[in-house]
Amino acid sequence: MATRKIVDGRGSFCPGPLMEMIVVLKTINIGDELEVLSTDKGSANEIPEWCKKIGHAYISTTEKDGVWHIIVRKAK
Amino acid sequence: MMSSNKISVVVISGTLEHLHMAAMVASVAAVCGSEVLAFFSMNALSHFIKGRNVKAMHEGEMGKLMEAKKVPEFKTLFEQAVELGGAKLYPCAMAMDVLSVQQNDLEDYFQEATGLTKFLDDGRDGQVFTF
Repeated sequence: MATRKIVDGRGSFCPGPLMEMIVVLKTINIGDELEVLSTDKGSANEIPEWCKKIGHAYISTTEKDGVWHIIVRKAK
Repeated sequence: MMSSNKISVVVISGTLEHLHMAAMVASVAAVCGSEVLAFFSMNALSHFIKGRNVKAMHEGEMGKLMEAKKVPEFKTLFEQAVELGGAKLYPCAMAMDVLSVQQNDLEDYFQEATGLTKFLDDGRDGQVFTF
């Protein structure tokens, strides 16, 4: 069953949240999801770009109270 | 689609802004699938001597703000470039001689010291960024 883990990158600046996400992405199974929390708008743009380039599935981004929630699924 | 391009990053400045920008380029390129070679010389190299925690001086407003905020450390980013993206970091043999440091004195994520001849040859078919 697919699971979703939180990567808390709040307070860090680009490329901090991306790097933290990649570290955790290596530890999860294909099909599992990560929800990256970021207070940095640059990262909200950078993470979907990275997914597109590398070939992981980018699901969605929502912003709530100054925190970006970026959801990605490990595809390989 | 993963690109397989190669970049060479020449890191020579010892100031915070230059070291940080070099670290961002190296780490992001490496995790995006580029082959990354980085060459450390001049005032940049001494920041990577183990136990010698001299703060990189800021040049201006940006560096000052970065010190106050939670920006990833440039050394952490270089280490992540190696660990997450397979970047190869080379200390300059000449700079090591001038500084009187050995391979063991440098952070463990560095490759064996190299000279410009080999570095330029290895990176000849890639883009070059100088900081």
